[in-house]
Amino acid sequence: MESLYLLLPLSVLLVLALIGVFGWAVNAGQFDDLDREGWRVLEENRGETLATARTPFDPDQA
Amino acid sequence: MTQSTPSLAAPVYSDRVVRNFALASVLWGVVGMLVGVVIAAQLTWPELNFGISWLSYGRLRPLHTNAVIFAFGGCALFASSYYVVQRTCQVSLFAEKLAMFTFWGWQAVIVAAAISLPMGYTQGKEYAELEWPIDILITIVWVAYAVVFFGTIGVRKVRHIYVANWFFGAYILAIALLHIVNSAAIPAGFMKSYSAYAGVQDAMVQWWYGHNAVGFLLTAGFLGMMYYFIPKQAERPVYSYRLSIVHFWALIFTYMWAGPHHLHYTALPDWAQSVGMVFSLVLLAPSWGGMINGVMTLSGAWHKLRDDPILKFLIVALSFYGMATFEGPMMSIKTVNALSHYTDWTVGHVHAGALGWVGLITMGSLYYMVPRMFGQTRMYSVRAIELHFWVSTIGIVLYIAAMWIAGVMQGLMWRAVNPDGTLVYSFVESVKATFPFYVVRLAGGLLYLGGMLIMSWNVVKTALNGRTVSAPIPAVAMA
Repeated sequence: MESLYLLLPLSVLLVLALIGVFGWAVNAGQFDDLDREGWRVLEENRGETLATARTPFDPDQA
Repeated sequence: MTQSTPSLAAPVYSDRVVRNFALASVLWGVVGMLVGVVIAAQLTWPELNFGISWLSYGRLRPLHTNAVIFAFGGCALFASSYYVVQRTCQVSLFAEKLAMFTFWGWQAVIVAAAISLPMGYTQGKEYAELEWPIDILITIVWVAYAVVFFGTIGVRKVRHIYVANWFFGAYILAIALLHIVNSAAIPAGFMKSYSAYAGVQDAMVQWWYGHNAVGFLLTAGFLGMMYYFIPKQAERPVYSYRLSIVHFWALIFTYMWAGPHHLHYTALPDWAQSVGMVFSLVLLAPSWGGMINGVMTLSGAWHKLRDDPILKFLIVALSFYGMATFEGPMMSIKTVNALSHYTDWTVGHVHAGALGWVGLITMGSLYYMVPRMFGQTRMYSVRAIELHFWVSTIGIVLYIAAMWIAGVMQGLMWRAVNPDGTLVYSFVESVKATFPFYVVRLAGGLLYLGGMLIMSWNVVKTALNGRTVSAPIPAVAMA
């Protein structure tokens, strides 16, 4: 089962890398205010309308 | 031109590449599903290959799988990841020209596959059939894709990386790793190569690839779509954003280990099979957590499901995701697998995921993106979306119900023994008994293809009635 000698270390390295990325995300404050983040994609919608309102935008003229 | 054109002054999203990929996805969807219907008909009436080698089932089947997974699904993933990463990071794409290169490069891969597979060029690895020159092109395009995607994350204006981008990022990195390891081969001339691995080693590497391609391309990538387009279409935030983060980390930590369940009762060591089975069972938890999280996003807005066919696509896709991720762990249990393996039950399971989850979530997301790519807020015909939804849902139900019954019947016929130890049925008797179910499956496939044709008509009408506009990047408060 030589392929496991390739796949197992590869998977273990991958898990270690994932733990590293997870640690970065936690320390970088990615998960500090999760309730707020869920709403943001919807506000981006509102932002789009706001931006459109600020700079009048006529699709036919674009 | 009385108004200022924001496309000149204000920064705009790079949507040309999104538009191209979205249209390509619809086109390849029709092609891939048509080939699927042809081979379903060939399984019912084998004479339909007309004795022409490049129309034979063995060559068209990989063409079907490659076309629907990598052309239809792949183009939709490119389109949606480019769309979502720009909107959630509030920047245009990093290296826009490189993004256009990924479009033309990926179309070149698809065309090369569409020519070489019917000609019989294959590495003989399921879902990794393409020969080494095409594999190298895939690698180049994929590296460019990673540069564009992670470059865009790198220059983001919003500090938080939205959960959909985590799923897209994991899918891009995992596919790169899987493709390079599994496609390692020694070339033996142009369009001919031998795998770098042999025997059961090769089988294990192949199914480590095969299962994780399902896990990362067909699951993680499309979950990225789910976590963006369901909240947008429902106009509600994800039910629990915290759970979506847990869903992500739990899924990517467990998926990598489940591959051996494809090799139950083979030369693979028994302990490796059992490890694969246990991790497959563990996968049920994050999968269902994610499904419930997505469906519950509609809580307080259930009435929208009644009137909005796009939400129907997205939510019913999640219910098929839930079904397939319950069925998968169950089929990975060795005793169940002893009955189900090599039967049409597996084909039914794959299509519950492919037609139900991947197909419907893609169509729902495309119905959201396509009008916005042409300066509209909705598709040309909303009634046609509704019709598409019902036609394809009925098609899926016919397909998977037929394959469930056929699969269990085949499994029971193959294992039936007389008191003297001889087999009750010959193999061909099980093929004969499957005929009516193959007819029903073909009908289901035809309905699904019909739905895709309705969609392509709707997309063409929407494109012709709209015009390509550059969407300005809104200036919202940064955090």
